[in-house]
Amino acid sequence: MIWNETKECMSRDEMTALQSARLVKTVDYVYHNVEFYRKKMQREGLLPGDIKGIEDISKLPFTTKDDLRDTYPFGLFAAPKSQIVRIHASSGTTGKATVVGYTRRDLDIWAECVARCLTMAGVTKDDIIQVGYGYGLFTGGLGAHGGAEKIGAMVVPMSTGNSKKLITMMVDFGVTAIACTPSYLLHISELLEKENMIKDLKLRTAICGAEPWTDKMRQEIESRLHITAHDIYGLSEVMGPGVACDCSVHDGLHVCEDHFYPEILDTATLKAVPAGETGELVFTTITKEGLPLIRYRTKDITSINYEKCECGRTSARISKFKGRVDDMLIIRGVNVFPSQVEAALVDIKEVTPHYMMIVDRVNNLDTLEIQVEIDEKYFSDEIKGLEALTQKIAHTINQAIGLNAKIRIVEPQSLSRSEGKAVHVIDKRKLY
Amino acid sequence: MNAKQLSVFIENRQGRLGEVLEVLKKNDINIISLSLADTTEYGLLRLIVNNPQEGRAQLSEAGFSTMLTDVLVIKIAHKAGSLQELLKVLSDNGINIEYMYGLSVEGTSAYVVLKASDPPAADKILGKAGVTTLSASDIEKLN
Repeated sequence: MIWNETKECMSRDEMTALQSARLVKTVDYVYHNVEFYRKKMQREGLLPGDIKGIEDISKLPFTTKDDLRDTYPFGLFAAPKSQIVRIHASSGTTGKATVVGYTRRDLDIWAECVARCLTMAGVTKDDIIQVGYGYGLFTGGLGAHGGAEKIGAMVVPMSTGNSKKLITMMVDFGVTAIACTPSYLLHISELLEKENMIKDLKLRTAICGAEPWTDKMRQEIESRLHITAHDIYGLSEVMGPGVACDCSVHDGLHVCEDHFYPEILDTATLKAVPAGETGELVFTTITKEGLPLIRYRTKDITSINYEKCECGRTSARISKFKGRVDDMLIIRGVNVFPSQVEAALVDIKEVTPHYMMIVDRVNNLDTLEIQVEIDEKYFSDEIKGLEALTQKIAHTINQAIGLNAKIRIVEPQSLSRSEGKAVHVIDKRKLY
Repeated sequence: MNAKQLSVFIENRQGRLGEVLEVLKKNDINIISLSLADTTEYGLLRLIVNNPQEGRAQLSEAGFSTMLTDVLVIKIAHKAGSLQELLKVLSDNGINIEYMYGLSVEGTSAYVVLKASDPPAADKILGKAGVTTLSASDIEKLN
């Protein structure tokens, strides 16, 4: 099944023409409505008229997460506040959130994109789908929800946090599809196995995203739950989940490229690389009204394939991610930068600035341990003193990154000192 | 009379305790008593040694987190009930015990090491009660 055959199966020439027209319109729109872009273009001596089609995209300036932070909260919005009907936000690198806004039309297009992705995963209006992403400022819950409603499926808005209730309803309602993070779904499958409930399931498909995962992990989910699992990709800056998704062929994720124009750029030169070669994924939104972004650098590393897929779709496919350009970690679906941990530790006088983050996956749930050295002046020879200190550190870290971390006190001088680029992260998960 | 206890932070790693003891041996520091408090991740080694200042300097040099803590080394009668009587004096005066361990037994006497919530106050209270607490030089003599 294909949700929107017209758009998803266009010839390359038709798609390029559509993208060109939409890009020209978007550039004109941001030039006249977003001071940030107008100034940037003026500095480069660019006028909207200089962008005549998609082939001119390399003339345009980039946008980064820092730009969103610097213009916090609404500085990059192109539509007046009266036209914005929804806000989402993700944790920022230095305390300030990255805020995104949607017009009603944006929400419609978002739902359209998610509907395409869910259809790739085989979801129809006859399905009962549990949305196990967090609802709220995070785009996952409401994003998946909107697409599922658009299809006309019966939506169960579980959100996160109550796995027991989730599996009970999964069985009692005869749930046939689930949208959640892949690690959470593995955790759910363990619960189901423990309760001997696998045999009672009607589940047949899963749409998993918000964190990188491997084909091996997909196969494990599929064989344990006897379902098919699909990888949905998105980022709140560009829209949220639904930017791309893999079909039943599992040979790359189809990009909704009539809305989000993808480029793959060499990580050093930021020049386009030939199709098939890896580089940084950069998106230009070409239909968005609320927060249109020009050449937004995702920092995700992938490659792109323009060949027609066996599934019948012609939309470009990005490969599973091969890593990040920066040091961002995704832990339990939450974006974490080591610099956030560092900034939090600097404020705690009892610890030295040396730290090590150990990320692992235990029973399919991500764990974060932070090793810290205590300044000898604040050392205590009473266990309760050391425990109070670890609790204080854990609380400060939680406030900074929104995740519970296990704090481990280590001996002084035992964490490696930087010789050149300091290593602050050991990621034992094999995500790429 | 408060005495100095040498405390050392030790990660739960193979051989780490041995390394502490090696530093002490090399520098001819004799251990008179010790206690090891452990959690799942680390241990706190508390030592009564003949020369705590030197012991601390050498362990710090070797990269260990150390500290000197005021504790009371108390002489009590080596018979049933004597420890209970000692603790009653302290608790009647509002002093809590943070931790405690035995030191040695010598003829009719026994010795305990005790970390009080308020070490100077505890020292005074015990002095008034006629309890013998050991000074650094007394401890060295136990050596």
